[in-house]
Amino acid sequence: MITIVMGSFQSLPDDHQYRTLSQKTGFSLEQIAILHNRFKQLSQNEETLRRDDLKTIQDLESNPIRSQIIEAFFDSRNFQKEGVGSVEEIGFEEFLTVMSYFRAPPQHITEEQREEMRRAKLRFLFNMHDTDNDGTITLEEYRHVVEELLSRSGALGRETAKGIADAAMLEVASISVGPMAPDEFYEGITFEHFLKVCKFVHLYA
Amino acid sequence: MELKMFILVLGLLVGTSSPDMGTNHGKSPDSHNHGPQNQGNHTQSKKPFPVLSLGYDHVRLPFEISLWVLLASLMKLGFHLIPRLSSIVPESCLLIVVGLLVGGLIKLVGEIPPVLESKIFFLYLLPPIILDAGYFLPIRQFTENLGTILMFAVVGTLWNAFFVGGLLYGVCQLEGHRLVTVDLLSCLLFGSIISAVDPVAVLAVFEEIHINELLHILVFGESLLNDAVTVVLYHLFEEYSSVGSITVMDVFLGIVCFLVVSLGGIVVGAIYGILAAFTSRFTSHTRVIEPLFVFVYSYMAYLSAEVFHLSGIMALIACGAVMRPYVEANISHKSHTTIKYFLKMWSSVSDTLIFIFLGVSTVAGPHEWNWTFVMATLIFCLVARVLGVVGLTFVINKFRIIKLTSKDQFIIAYGGLRGAIAFSLVYLLKTEHFPMRNMFLTAIITVIFFTVFVQGMTIRPLVDLLAVKKKQETKRSINEEIHTQFLDHLLTGIEDICGHYGHHHWKDKLNRFNKKYVKKCLIAGERSKEPQLIAFYHKMEMKQAIELVESGGGAKLPSALPSTVSMQNIQPKKPPQDRALPQLSKAREEEIRKILRTNLQRTRQRLRSYNRHTLVADPYEDGWNELLIKRKKMMELEKKISQMNNYLTVPAPPPDSPTIARARLASDPQAWGLKSVTESIPTIKVDLASPQSPESVNVVDEFGKKGSQSKASKEEEGGLTMKVPSPTKQRKDKTADEDNDKEPQQRLMRCLSDPGPTAEEEDEDEAFLP
Repeated sequence: MITIVMGSFQSLPDDHQYRTLSQKTGFSLEQIAILHNRFKQLSQNEETLRRDDLKTIQDLESNPIRSQIIEAFFDSRNFQKEGVGSVEEIGFEEFLTVMSYFRAPPQHITEEQREEMRRAKLRFLFNMHDTDNDGTITLEEYRHVVEELLSRSGALGRETAKGIADAAMLEVASISVGPMAPDEFYEGITFEHFLKVCKFVHLYA
Repeated sequence: MELKMFILVLGLLVGTSSPDMGTNHGKSPDSHNHGPQNQGNHTQSKKPFPVLSLGYDHVRLPFEISLWVLLASLMKLGFHLIPRLSSIVPESCLLIVVGLLVGGLIKLVGEIPPVLESKIFFLYLLPPIILDAGYFLPIRQFTENLGTILMFAVVGTLWNAFFVGGLLYGVCQLEGHRLVTVDLLSCLLFGSIISAVDPVAVLAVFEEIHINELLHILVFGESLLNDAVTVVLYHLFEEYSSVGSITVMDVFLGIVCFLVVSLGGIVVGAIYGILAAFTSRFTSHTRVIEPLFVFVYSYMAYLSAEVFHLSGIMALIACGAVMRPYVEANISHKSHTTIKYFLKMWSSVSDTLIFIFLGVSTVAGPHEWNWTFVMATLIFCLVARVLGVVGLTFVINKFRIIKLTSKDQFIIAYGGLRGAIAFSLVYLLKTEHFPMRNMFLTAIITVIFFTVFVQGMTIRPLVDLLAVKKKQETKRSINEEIHTQFLDHLLTGIEDICGHYGHHHWKDKLNRFNKKYVKKCLIAGERSKEPQLIAFYHKMEMKQAIELVESGGGAKLPSALPSTVSMQNIQPKKPPQDRALPQLSKAREEEIRKILRTNLQRTRQRLRSYNRHTLVADPYEDGWNELLIKRKKMMELEKKISQMNNYLTVPAPPPDSPTIARARLASDPQAWGLKSVTESIPTIKVDLASPQSPESVNVVDEFGKKGSQSKASKEEEGGLTMKVPSPTKQRKDKTADEDNDKEPQQRLMRCLSDPGPTAEEEDEDEAFLP
């Protein structure tokens, strides 16, 4: 979905480092170079990137889910296998790892690799919603998501957002679990349920 | 039995219509004769006053048109009466066959069958179909695949035209004798006419096979957008075939012309679309003529484009697509339904008429059969289509993220049906300029028949055989909407972080521009500020409310209630000690009462704020009137019951889950009346919006358990007195609430959820203002 335009550039610094990164994330060398330039631009030529650096991006101002996007970059679940919690600053490698979630899949990969990539992307999305890192998206978290989405859109208040979130949650519950007795309690959307719900979502890539 | 009756009626109709056309010619001279005779007679002797006379002449034209339309519609009915026929043979084929039969009949009688005149076709029969397609065009998928569609439409059609035209010329030259006279330009003209995929035929066939949306939009979009190419090529070759040669300058001008034709058409359509949207902003007092604006503005767009020889089809599509989001926000629900059904009706009738006339014209039209030419045309068309699709897909897949598989390619190639537009364009050719026009006509008809019959009939089993993905029947859910929007914003954000101005960035900019300026102009009142998610949510709620009303008269649990999971299942559990209490202390009760009070107050505030910003209930909606009536009935019922019952001392049956309670309430007012008494507190549903609205269940859920337990415990304590204050308090708040809020959906829920009667009828009377 993001077609990274290949521009012209000088010789690749740190070729070896780039190569390892390329293998890890799947970007091509040129793409990594471009992203590295961008990283340097954002971080004002420092080694690490902080939240404030991302906040300076003009175009992000009008994005309703800006804070969640920025958080996603600093969420260690997204760049470490069993990471927990969030960090204050990230290096280029983490930046690249997060970016790799949005990479278009290469042409010739097997079905299962494609499925794996899709799962990874959905996992990223899931992590964005599941802020307290307990493995489920609870009603509160979902409400927060909807509120954020509507935050930029005027003064319709939290109540309608609540209503929408609750209706959506109901739907997920009825899709994933089916009829429930009045006493049962639906903890929250687990990753599996999330996958089911997101079947329709045409993840670009 | 029905079938036989039907065929009888049909026979009669056809019988009357053909002699009509015959006797017409006989009638006029007759009546003329009578005229002067009458005059003459009048001076001589007084004729008796004609009680019953025949004057067919002056209604002839509308009469015939109506007969044809009636015939077409009866045919359509008939096909669906015959079992299994409609599943094997697509409707378009059957209609052509009927047309052939009718044409044959008319010829037998000795009359000249009417031919599908191009003027009638382009001005009256085609616009409804295109408008229907354009108005309901799925914009999101269309724009996502726009590049692919344009490639197929423009490059594909050009390729087809030149391939077919060029090869045909070669064949003509080779064949010698008769065909040598056909020059290159005529061949190219013929090629350009026949290469265009026809939207009417595509719609007719694809609608029945329910293929997945991607393929549908690709083939269909292509058939719509290739109109511009066809128009330009047609005019180009027609102009210059008389001259006999084309220079590079002409080609260049042709390209410029193409841009002008397509972009001009779109601009004209967009202008009319904006005008229509703007007009609809002010129609709140004259709801009845709202649909008219939509139709007339669109038709004007089409005609205006045709005046300048721009692409009328593209104008119509642009008009429909541009005006739709704004018009739908402005017009009433009824007008929306009217527009939808009128468009569907007109396009259906048009569609049927076109195919029937195609059949009739086949019988009528002057034919000139030439084996070589016709066969060559057919083969080249098929080959060109396949090669074109494969070649283009190869190029397109480099730029697409969701690649087109070979199955997709096959369907796209196979779905390239030709239809009546090609026929009419050939019909327009004058025989003086094009001596081979009749041969062209025959060839075109053959190709059309082949594509519609062979390809149309076999595409369905092929789709099943190849296991092509079918259209998913899922309705768009709120989750989808949330996630789609979320993803959009996420991808835009990532693009911004990358510093890369891609697809999402510009789409986001367009949306923001739309929201900030355009919506304010074109949408009336408060709706202009409503964000898309909320608009979608309201639409869903309305649908659910309407479903609830409609199924209200039914039996037990209406199937309309989609969710079998109720709010209590997802609400976080209250801390266990609350639920486990067997006996409620006074303090606990106080708490309950306090919570109830505050919650209802909050609800009241919520109701008010909801009021300010949400849909203004349409006073003209019948459905809402019914709701009002129902509500009145409920109120009266309540009154009656309160006089009868004092069930509060009877041990309550186990409280049903809120869902079931609600369902019972929904289905049977009678039952509600009785039951509600036993569940006074639990049934407080201060529902803001939909039956499944959390707010409603919120209260029920949280206090359902507490309430029932408190009731039970109160029973034990023998306390009737305890309960009375709370219900009173609540009802007081509630009835006051009812005044404020005029939302019809909420009216329904509230009347259903009105707490059981205890005393306080006076309150009710005061509060209840009709």
